[in-house]
Amino acid sequence: MAQARNAVIVGGNRIPFGKAGGAYASVSNQDMLTAALDGLVARFGLAGQRVGEVAAGAVLKHSRDFNLTRETVLGSALDPTTPAYDLQQACGTGLEAVIQVANKIQLGQIDSAIAGGVDSASDAPIAVGEGLRRALLRANHAKTTAQRIQAFASIRPGDLAPETPRNSEPRTGLSMGEHQARTAKEWGISREAQDELAAASHHNMARAWDEGFFDDLVTPFRKLSKDQGLRPETSVEKLAKLSPVFGKGEGATMTAGNSTPLSDGAALVLVSSEEWAAERNLPVLARFVDAEVAAVDYVSGDEGLLMAPAYAVPRLLARQGLSLQDFDLYEIHEAFASTVLTTLAAWEDEEFAAERLGLDAPLGAIDRSRLNVNGSSLAAGHPFAATGGRIVASLAKMLSDKGPGSRGLISICAAGGQGVVAILEAV
Amino acid sequence: MTKVLDVLTGNPVAKAVGKQLGVPQATELRRGRSLPTGDVVLAVLAGSGATSSATREALKGLGVTPVDAVRDEPAARTTGEDGRAVPPAYSSKIGAVVLDATALATVPELEGVRAVLRPALRALGSSGRVIVVGTAPELTDSPEAAAVQQALEGITRSVGKELRKGGTANLVLVSTETTGAALSSTLSFLLEGRSAYVSGQPWRVLGAEAGQVPSDPAAPFADKVVVVTGAARGIGAGIAEVFARDGASLVVVDIPAAGEALTKVANRLGGTALQLDITSPDAGQKIAAHVAARHGKDARIHAIIHNAGITRDKLLVNTDEDRWGSVLEVNLAAEIRINEVLLDADVAGGLAEGGRIVGVASTSGVAGNRGQTNYAASKAGVIGLVRAEAPVVADRGITVNAVAPGFIETEMTDRIPFATREFARRFNSLSQGGKPVDVAETIAYLAAPDSGAVTGQVIRVCGQSQIGA
Repeated sequence: MAQARNAVIVGGNRIPFGKAGGAYASVSNQDMLTAALDGLVARFGLAGQRVGEVAAGAVLKHSRDFNLTRETVLGSALDPTTPAYDLQQACGTGLEAVIQVANKIQLGQIDSAIAGGVDSASDAPIAVGEGLRRALLRANHAKTTAQRIQAFASIRPGDLAPETPRNSEPRTGLSMGEHQARTAKEWGISREAQDELAAASHHNMARAWDEGFFDDLVTPFRKLSKDQGLRPETSVEKLAKLSPVFGKGEGATMTAGNSTPLSDGAALVLVSSEEWAAERNLPVLARFVDAEVAAVDYVSGDEGLLMAPAYAVPRLLARQGLSLQDFDLYEIHEAFASTVLTTLAAWEDEEFAAERLGLDAPLGAIDRSRLNVNGSSLAAGHPFAATGGRIVASLAKMLSDKGPGSRGLISICAAGGQGVVAILEAV
Repeated sequence: MTKVLDVLTGNPVAKAVGKQLGVPQATELRRGRSLPTGDVVLAVLAGSGATSSATREALKGLGVTPVDAVRDEPAARTTGEDGRAVPPAYSSKIGAVVLDATALATVPELEGVRAVLRPALRALGSSGRVIVVGTAPELTDSPEAAAVQQALEGITRSVGKELRKGGTANLVLVSTETTGAALSSTLSFLLEGRSAYVSGQPWRVLGAEAGQVPSDPAAPFADKVVVVTGAARGIGAGIAEVFARDGASLVVVDIPAAGEALTKVANRLGGTALQLDITSPDAGQKIAAHVAARHGKDARIHAIIHNAGITRDKLLVNTDEDRWGSVLEVNLAAEIRINEVLLDADVAGGLAEGGRIVGVASTSGVAGNRGQTNYAASKAGVIGLVRAEAPVVADRGITVNAVAPGFIETEMTDRIPFATREFARRFNSLSQGGKPVDVAETIAYLAAPDSGAVTGQVIRVCGQSQIGA
């Protein structure tokens, strides 16, 4: 096979992430995605231009938003002849969208694309109950008035209760937090280690904001110009005072402080061929190297819900002939502080390496000073589908600042027992 | 309520009421790249000083065919029915009168100005123009000649106050070296609607070189990079809009927190948005790096418009060091630092040879303003900066100028209390507030590639405000 051409990260844009019910409480996914897209267009002077495609998604989605990304493009400053589609892989959506368009660019199918995602925990869809829904459909299909009356008559008071979206796994009925609490307990992740990681995330991200790191990565929206959940003044001591919210009784370690809050926001990344970027005098921050997606059987209890990245990364490293220590920067999505810590622990564990990964030796430890150096989801917040775009753009910029050849690893866990991981390299 | 005076000056019935109440009547001003509809009258006054053909040549270059002036001389007067002398009159409304008074050197020679202006002012149509071209007094060779040339300023300012229906009067001071080509952009600006809100102002066009005459007069900034700071809203967005209209490749700059509004400006006008705190020590480098990266390695800035500014109003007795310092930092110190970087010929993406720097001062900087000592300091500072920098970079063809806006209608002025606002809005010869586009047009004139002979000047865009006049 001929050597595929490079897909490169030109830059990114996101809106500051809001707290659920906060700054974006009355804002739709489409509003937020449009704001992120228009900010990206303004940063790179793409107004009126056609881009190869826009790929984005949302995890919590209204049925009316079946064509969310295309509708967003039509309401944006981009040329309306820019095609677009939605895709969704839970919290992996943003990164999966980047992988998708990068692959197309590498294959030469398109020269440029914008990828990412959006989510609103505030403006979540609420559906009518199953009984009411069926009755309404029957009434709609009815041919006679009698049939219609009959359909409505079948509605019972209990059918009128709305169905709200749940942050739980359909097959286990357990919330993501409950799942992770089990995993954390299995791996013996301490409360102190989780709180330390959470405090570091807030402090690092606050410093990055102060240094102006986000000046060309974020465009303010609705009077919010910084991530709403950021707590620069938090500390291990303050976090230690919080009561556990996931897991039960003695040994419960996961609190609201070391778990990501529900958030609203949108993030996008501009990806292109090197030629496309050069023709437009656009910067090239990093090359998209490779990606891998893994899934685990969490339903049987064989593996923890959020452990798939622990499997995806060794497969990706093997294909690229790299070791875990060959990276200048690591971005491990902080769904929970304990997710990051269990993943790291698994990579260091001989038994896990032998029995789960079939490797002779564990991947080993990483230099923790290279991990989430400008903060991650605990500080920024985690609007599910927006996280991938946030991480890709930030990491690409950090790698570019470090200089050519700098390499970064991204690891994102997702609902359904999946994990999406990727490698970027500064050019 | 807020627009009550607009109503009183708007519809015909209310207008009559308004007039009875003594509310000054505002005329809709002629704006944009439009010449006056009536004739342009040219009067070259005879005098004993050095003569200049620049005015006539400039008008010719602009494709304007002037008509001769009607002169109010005793012999030309007729006697009216009431037995009084009637001065000679134009047969129809005129659009502008251009008075070349460069040769005037003795007091009696000033009579020529009166003789031309008397009939001309009577005939001047709506948004008409009085343009007096004189010799810079400091360049004359006798005290009397200097006095006579200075007298032109008093005449022009008084005429500006006498004119009605959107008419303006301005004085352009030239040297014997000023060529027609060098004067051309100035006369074009003054004749056209672009100078709508500039009146009663004297400024100098002393150089011989026009700079670069654009091939397409409608797009003078084609293929040129123009950087506008504070471009997210208000006057800054208006400036960006005029440069976009005139073909510029725009870089719009504002603080990161204004990014949402900046995005809209950039996407509407087709430029790039640069979120940047201009007070950061490396702001100049960041602007240059953006230009070099986004417009090609050899790209340089044609013009930087220092529009970003803040107010932190308080009486001086209540002003602490933060209010004092932040205003001076944003409005003045940042501009000095950025200029220093961009003027370095070795900085990639810096200012081009033949480039333009335009600052934004304020009538507060000229006149002072109660409760704005910090702001007035910064804006007067801008005036000082412009005058000092202009001669230093003149040999590189770079010009440095500033505008000093008066009352300009923006979201910011909409928040001024009603009575104060109405007073400020009407307290000028045009009896109305200016629009952001008026400031923008004046800046675009100063930044024009063919305005190379205009440097070190501060032009007030204030409708001849009484404040600091």
